[in-house]
Amino acid sequence: MTTDTPTYWQRNLRLIAKCLIIWFIVSYGFGLILVEPLNTIQLGGYKLGFWFAQQGSIYVFIALVFYYARAMNKLDEEFGVQE
Amino acid sequence: MDLKTLTYIAVFGSFGLYFAIAWWARAGSTSEFYAAGGGVGPLANGMAIGADWMSAASFISMAGLIAFLGYGGSVFLMGWTGGYVLLAMCLAPYLRKHGKFTVPEFIGDRYYSKTARIVAVACLIIASLTYVIGQMKGVGVAFSRFLEVDYGLGLGIGMCVVWVYAVLGGMKGITYTQIAQYVVLIFAYTVPAVFISLHLTGNPIPQLGLGSTMADGSGVYLLDKLDLVVTDLGFKEYTTSKLGSGINMFAYTLSLMVGTAGLPHVIMRFFTVPSVKAARASAGYALVFIALLYTVAPAVGAMARLNLMNTIEPSPGQHLVYEERPQWFKDWENTGLLKFEDKNGDGKIQYTADEEKNEMVKIDRDIMVLANPAIANLPNWVIALVAAGGLAAALSTAAGLLLAISSSISHDLMKGVLTPNLSEKNELLSSRIIMTIAILVAGYLGLNPPGFAAGTVALAFGLAASSIFPALMMGIFSKRISGTAAIAGMCAGIGITMLYVFQHKGIMFIPGTAFLGDLEANWFFGISPNAFGIVGAIINFSVAFIVCKITGPAPAEIQQLVENFRTPAGAGAAHNH
Repeated sequence: MTTDTPTYWQRNLRLIAKCLIIWFIVSYGFGLILVEPLNTIQLGGYKLGFWFAQQGSIYVFIALVFYYARAMNKLDEEFGVQE
Repeated sequence: MDLKTLTYIAVFGSFGLYFAIAWWARAGSTSEFYAAGGGVGPLANGMAIGADWMSAASFISMAGLIAFLGYGGSVFLMGWTGGYVLLAMCLAPYLRKHGKFTVPEFIGDRYYSKTARIVAVACLIIASLTYVIGQMKGVGVAFSRFLEVDYGLGLGIGMCVVWVYAVLGGMKGITYTQIAQYVVLIFAYTVPAVFISLHLTGNPIPQLGLGSTMADGSGVYLLDKLDLVVTDLGFKEYTTSKLGSGINMFAYTLSLMVGTAGLPHVIMRFFTVPSVKAARASAGYALVFIALLYTVAPAVGAMARLNLMNTIEPSPGQHLVYEERPQWFKDWENTGLLKFEDKNGDGKIQYTADEEKNEMVKIDRDIMVLANPAIANLPNWVIALVAAGGLAAALSTAAGLLLAISSSISHDLMKGVLTPNLSEKNELLSSRIIMTIAILVAGYLGLNPPGFAAGTVALAFGLAASSIFPALMMGIFSKRISGTAAIAGMCAGIGITMLYVFQHKGIMFIPGTAFLGDLEANWFFGISPNAFGIVGAIINFSVAFIVCKITGPAPAEIQQLVENFRTPAGAGAAHNH
């Protein structure tokens, strides 16, 4: 396999990396590291940083898992490695 | 009907249902006992994972901790959900493809070593047993309150119920029962939350209610009001108070996430789905079912705190007279988990952050969720429902953990290594005996738990994070890591974590054996023992890489094995070799 056409495994790794970057940003980024600047913004009665830490990050986690499952199912078919 | 009768009806009614299901679906063979024959669909499996996952720590303890920690409690919310992202992408599909029953079995295959398998069994037992102690604390609190007995006796009764329930079932019985338990527990958790949210803010959806204005017409946001009430009494501001340092919160969250992905009783669940595709979907459904509770919990915590404050001090300077205290206050005093001491002798209850003047000398965090509906004056049937839900949560997780412990000993250690010609019947018998021993040990240690239920459970996550997770990750994502390297890594990771935890919390949590004391000044970089798992995990990875560099990579056939489980094609049902 040449380097220009990534293998199934390389494509999978890229997808995981992409998802985990978002995973990190919403929880550790918005919920912990940047919580103080974000708390100056209000989302209804929520301070935004607080909202990410106690609500928002969880919603993003769900979206990520389903997105990954769908993308992988497509990738399986593309490479003909589905069950 | 009075509360006691209603509670008995709710608790015994729901128990009757679980036992009936467990009996109807009882396991006949070892494969059914461990992995439900590999035939459970992703939606059902997701729900069962939800029940398995949401233990006494999530149901009874977490919102109570959030109520008193405020923003600091976020570590539990993010930590116990974010791990599913890791699980869904980095572990579950490949472990399912490999198709074995237990985590040590996978580790034994991948690292071509019986020693690796035994080390994994040891790590698994240490982590799971710590976890069961946390459950026992929750079970003890719940039973002592609803049967109106002392905590110790409540714990004893709880042990008996767990024993009958777990020993009868096996994975197949447990899977179907856990679906029923999920329904009971989520209903029991959300109903009071909806009532309280509606009452306080006029919004029936707790997730939105928490961000709404108070329904008293003042136009003040609920969270702002809470911040004001707690800071008036000298407590830290609710929405910004941290749990230790920023580094501690970071490490704590990461430990819980990594631990989630390393806990064998959850990973085991992914062996029971029919395909790799279903394993990926299961993780998503599980997270949805879990998030239903986890996004409600912060509302429960904040609102419980507000109601508690308002009960004790209805308006600034006006204190509750002790003789006029509400019934729930008396009930919890009977359990010894709530204590009042009239320091200034005025017959009124002063609750402040000032240790000298504070007269609420004990408010066990773990009583908050159970007391919450009564504090909010909800009807008795709601309180009874919460009792049933709390017990469902504790039971389902305790059963799942005991199954993980007993299967690792009887399947991995006895059948896999020590006595390979053990008959199926004897394997089942031995796993039931092991469950009994595990319940006794956990019950004994649960008499003096190392912390609140959620805190104890957090320690279990740290132990799983430092041992099993790195071994699995390296086994899948690196073809080169050898058996020797993985064994060295696991031993180093869990060793250093145990040393750190035990020096602060006591050897195996036995009181009086903590040789450094549980003092913040003794913490490494301000990282609490509960948050130390991630440091152990990093040490595990580092040691394994160094040892691998020195002793050389895994043999070619193992590299082929890794290649094989990385793609879904050709996955069969879980099989025994």
